[in-house]
Amino acid sequence: MATGTAVEVVMPQMGVSVSEGTVTKWMKNVGDTVQADETVLEISTDKVDTEIPSPATGVLSEILVAEGETVDVGTVLARIESAGGDAAPAPPAAEAPPPAAPEPQPAAEPEAAPEPQPPRAETLPAPMPPEVEPVEEPSKEPGDEAHDGHGQHVFVSPVVARIAAEHGIDPAEVEGTGRGGRVTKKDILAFVEETSTKASEPAAPAQPTAAAPTQPQPERAQTSTSQEAQLLGQPLSPGETTEPLTAMRRGIAEHMRRSLDTSAHVTSAIEVDMSKVVAIREKLKPEYQAAYGINPTYLAFIARATVETLRDWPWVNAELRGDSIVTKAFVNLGFAVALEGGKGLIVPVVKNAEGLNLVGMARAIADVADRARNKRLLPDDVTGGTFTITNPGSFGTFMGTPVISQPQSAILGTYAVVKRAWVVADDAGNDAIAIRSMMNLTLTYDHRLVDGAYGGQFLRDLRERLESWDESAY
Amino acid sequence: MAEKTYLHAISDALRGEMRRDKRVFVLGEDVGVYGGAFKVTLGLQEEFGPWRVLDTPLSETAIIGGATGAAMMGMRPVAEMQFADFVSCGWDHLVTVAAKQRWRAGTPVPIVLRLPSGGGFSGGPFHSQNPESSFAHIPGLKCVCPSTPEDAKGLLISAIEDPNPVLFFEHKHLYRRIKGEVPDERYTTPIGEARIHQEGEDITLVTWGAMVYTAADAAAQLDDVSVEIVDLRTIMPWDKEAVLASVRKTSKVIVLHEDTHTGGFGAEIAATIAEEAFESLDAPPRRIAAPDTPVPFAPALEHAFIPQVEDVVAGLRELAAY
Repeated sequence: MATGTAVEVVMPQMGVSVSEGTVTKWMKNVGDTVQADETVLEISTDKVDTEIPSPATGVLSEILVAEGETVDVGTVLARIESAGGDAAPAPPAAEAPPPAAPEPQPAAEPEAAPEPQPPRAETLPAPMPPEVEPVEEPSKEPGDEAHDGHGQHVFVSPVVARIAAEHGIDPAEVEGTGRGGRVTKKDILAFVEETSTKASEPAAPAQPTAAAPTQPQPERAQTSTSQEAQLLGQPLSPGETTEPLTAMRRGIAEHMRRSLDTSAHVTSAIEVDMSKVVAIREKLKPEYQAAYGINPTYLAFIARATVETLRDWPWVNAELRGDSIVTKAFVNLGFAVALEGGKGLIVPVVKNAEGLNLVGMARAIADVADRARNKRLLPDDVTGGTFTITNPGSFGTFMGTPVISQPQSAILGTYAVVKRAWVVADDAGNDAIAIRSMMNLTLTYDHRLVDGAYGGQFLRDLRERLESWDESAY
Repeated sequence: MAEKTYLHAISDALRGEMRRDKRVFVLGEDVGVYGGAFKVTLGLQEEFGPWRVLDTPLSETAIIGGATGAAMMGMRPVAEMQFADFVSCGWDHLVTVAAKQRWRAGTPVPIVLRLPSGGGFSGGPFHSQNPESSFAHIPGLKCVCPSTPEDAKGLLISAIEDPNPVLFFEHKHLYRRIKGEVPDERYTTPIGEARIHQEGEDITLVTWGAMVYTAADAAAQLDDVSVEIVDLRTIMPWDKEAVLASVRKTSKVIVLHEDTHTGGFGAEIAATIAEEAFESLDAPPRRIAAPDTPVPFAPALEHAFIPQVEDVVAGLRELAAY
């Protein structure tokens, strides 16, 4: 080693908690010769006072910190011009030199002198290579898992799987930016955001994110058809024709499937004597037409009674959200409206239906139904429903099992009002057969939340309201 | 409010509680005239006398056993281990007696063990360990690991008030290096409540003690990754809800600790996240911890042993890219 190499004397770390030290006395002057391990100076810290040995043999060439000065640990105090090859440079100041004893037990040896710095700086092993760090272990797995041997299976993380299920998305449709093309949470959230802001989610019955229902989505429809054709992998047979799935039909298909996969559907039915409602309606019809230009339909009566009954049976107007049951102090009432020519189904929502009397309800239903059929619904009109009524009875059907609009917990089905022979009690309390206007109602409910008894009591109360219709109350 | 070092905050809390409550006393090796291995108890004996600042023989067994007995008789001892490492000498008194007495006989054991822990000073295998997970595993013991002067004071007061044995891990690296505003008045910081050191969106970094600063330095190096740092402050009981809430937000998590990897408390946290937030995860929970060896003396080896800022940066980058 060349002569004239400068070795630094630094303020040592005198115990783990010490951050600074004071030079109390220099034992050597500039120009003095010092031997390795010979005391060069004395320092004082709040923990110990001690002597500092020279890290090398040579000549003290510079003193940088005067007696009485307090400096941080690691500060260069002096330089020693080493005399020959026997002295290796001290470790750089940045790497704290090995301190004295590791925090000597003060009672035993409070004044323990620091060990001399052995000339080992150059032989210290390099920092461990990264592979010894346990944290590196999982780093390569995801990429490997992203594709299986066929290059088709894409690893889906739990959160991505959950978001995909919640929004009815196939993760394979989403472009992944993660390792190995994996779809990250950010990717799928961006996809959800994009599709909902573009209003490209087709309207499904009360699909919460559904936007304007009538915008066609040819691109997606075609993609989907071609995908399905590939899946089917078979040509058309004679007599078969094909047409692309419309965006709305695709949305309905996805939503119906998802709803059945989500809720435990159970249907209960009840027979309602609508004679009183029929009579009142006959009386009110000309009045309403004249005064408001509104037809008080049976549906308006049923909706009005339903809103009242929901107040007593809040879980029918609730939803299961994660681990919670969310009940609502309001009723946003959806009405399933069939579009002409079998083009599909849309569920406009009457917001805050609990605030509407019979006139208001009739008017609101007429308004949304009309706008649904004339493609004038706004995105907001088909979102936020809390309960839905579907009315297939206009075709004469007397029973059905509709599918719940997610994430609601129930849907009411109303059926044809027909005259039937019905056993009633006459004024004397005797059984008699009478001709009554009868209607069936079904409540299809999510049995995860609504039990049969609960659903049955809701129907019982709804029937009671309709059969004993109190004109003054509505 | 005044700026104080972490060490000063601990001293102040101790002095305040001794003035306030005559049941509180200090015992340990050289805690009296000498002021303790790190000068935390300096001046206490002058003020409170040799019977409330008790110099003991070099026997952690005697210190912990004596503290346990005093606590059972109604005192509030605060015992100092010169180094957290030495607490193992008193294992039997702590784990067999103090931790179980309340279950076994209904007697509260309100002892506090002050445990200077952590490495980074070439202290080697006997003077650098972070043994919190060993004690977090023992039902009946509480483990506290504050990272800031404010929390150190508030948590020490809570520990002294607590009717159970509390192990107070004070990281030596923080003693004089970390300064912060500390309210002058008496206050408590609840045991079992985490603190969000910084809010973020992309990755949750759960840590405690000195690693909070390593985490913050690493997070500051990443412009494009938003890191939420959860400072647990207490290891047992730990703030599961705070961690799960953060993980549910970010979906990616690293647990960082200075203790060794296998069976470190990070394993408990990672397992809990997998059990309770599985459907919120977008990547496997990761641990960054020291390798499974004793703490080395040699500075370069110790540097490689203790998780460094660059290790955390690499872990964050890795997870961000997942």
